[in-house]
Amino acid sequence: MFRNQYDNDVSTWSPQGRIHQVEYAVEAVKQGSAAIGLRSNEYAVLLALKRSSGELASYQKKLIKIDEHMGIAIAGLTSDARVLSNFMRTEAMRSKMLYDRPIPVQRIVSTIADKAQVNTQQYGRRPYGVGLLVVGYDETGPHLYESSPSGTCFEYFAMSIGARSQSAKTYLEKNYEQFANASLDELVRHGLLALRDTLQQDKELNIHNTSIGIVGKNEDFHIIEGDGLQKYLDLLGDETSRTRRGPEERSAAESIAAESSREDSNTEVDHGDVAPMDTDN
Amino acid sequence: MDFSIANPTELVSAPIEHRFEPYDDNGGTSLAIAGKDFCVVASDTRQSTGYSINSRYAPKAYELGDNAVIAMNGFHADGLTLKKVLEQRLKWYKFAHDKNMSVTALAQMLSITLYQKRFFPYYSFCCMGGVDEEGVGAVYCYDAVGSSERESYRANGSAAALIQPFLDNQVGRKNMANSTYTPMELDQVISIVKDAFTSATERDIYTGDCLQIFIIRKGQPVELQHYPLKRD
Repeated sequence: MFRNQYDNDVSTWSPQGRIHQVEYAVEAVKQGSAAIGLRSNEYAVLLALKRSSGELASYQKKLIKIDEHMGIAIAGLTSDARVLSNFMRTEAMRSKMLYDRPIPVQRIVSTIADKAQVNTQQYGRRPYGVGLLVVGYDETGPHLYESSPSGTCFEYFAMSIGARSQSAKTYLEKNYEQFANASLDELVRHGLLALRDTLQQDKELNIHNTSIGIVGKNEDFHIIEGDGLQKYLDLLGDETSRTRRGPEERSAAESIAAESSREDSNTEVDHGDVAPMDTDN
Repeated sequence: MDFSIANPTELVSAPIEHRFEPYDDNGGTSLAIAGKDFCVVASDTRQSTGYSINSRYAPKAYELGDNAVIAMNGFHADGLTLKKVLEQRLKWYKFAHDKNMSVTALAQMLSITLYQKRFFPYYSFCCMGGVDEEGVGAVYCYDAVGSSERESYRANGSAAALIQPFLDNQVGRKNMANSTYTPMELDQVISIVKDAFTSATERDIYTGDCLQIFIIRKGQPVELQHYPLKRD
């Protein structure tokens, strides 16, 4: 909780073998609103909860198209996300020009990870404050990757990042075995149920605050927002807000409570642009 | 001006410079005709070098976005690369502005792109056809460095000199008594296009093999038709 003497720059190790600046950057990702990715054998899907700074304001865009076969969901500093997404777009176009084929997802994610790593080692630089969930469809099928400010990138069947994402992760861990052979609608429904679990009290999923991105074998990456979402929200029926938790889900509820206590419970709406200076040790 | 040879028995030798010729002419012909609410872009598919044929089916007209087709005559490699560069710019436009490029914007962008290589040009004589934002057919023609104009019809390529006068008369209604240009219907335009190409194929050695016709209409996917041409 106290400011260390080892956290002033990214090129300083702490005696415990940690680089605090990188960990602080990872915290910034946790402040962003939730984003979820999951995939089946044919499709890869992204879902995100959009935040707005007030009732009169617009909702912050969470999904960005990179190329016809690839898109990302962001959590954290939006400006960093913009820079990274422009870089990814340029790389995808360059690869397409050179090799006359869409860039394999693994390759571009590794490039981003290497780019992020530089900022964790060079003196004077700061790590990117944004986590990405990358979905894409290439020769080897659909993929989902997570890229974080630490420079790591892993592939997942399902993953969630951002505020209260642990609740979504719990749902995903419970149900992931059903994803592989799920139809597109079933996959999106799972994603929406997971996303719903990240909502605060008395909030619900609606066509304004939700965003879905889909890519698949014969389906270019496209983002669904606004009215087009209604048919997917209808898959949830009436239950677009969090249901009351039963006894077997109490441990999940406890972990949610632990997450919420870290945040400012006075404000109705969270602000996703301030990273805390202290870590919780 | 007087010429004098100082010492006629001395041999004068100048250094011989071997230059790499960066350009080639791959032949072929294209044309574009704008209608009231549609546009037709047609080109043959023969690709040649000198007196040889490289391919009987090497298309030189490409769809750009969903509302424009561009036909490129001259050096095929430059045409192909120009098309790839335009496609990239089209993609960035979509990313930056969250909307598709209009035909008028695309026409201006092509002009700029060509002039950017003013001192090592794309050897590509382009003809772009599409439907503008008001739903009216549009044809834009270019020279190799981007000088452009919007017209109602234009022929380009090796048989341009054979086809353009035919279009001036039949589409533009030029030099006919009591006749002025009015936009034509699609079936009339298609039949003029076919006649133009079959006639050009007769007399121009670089034109023939197969005819591709692109039909662009507002709000519909671009339609593509193929017709065989004489292969001699």
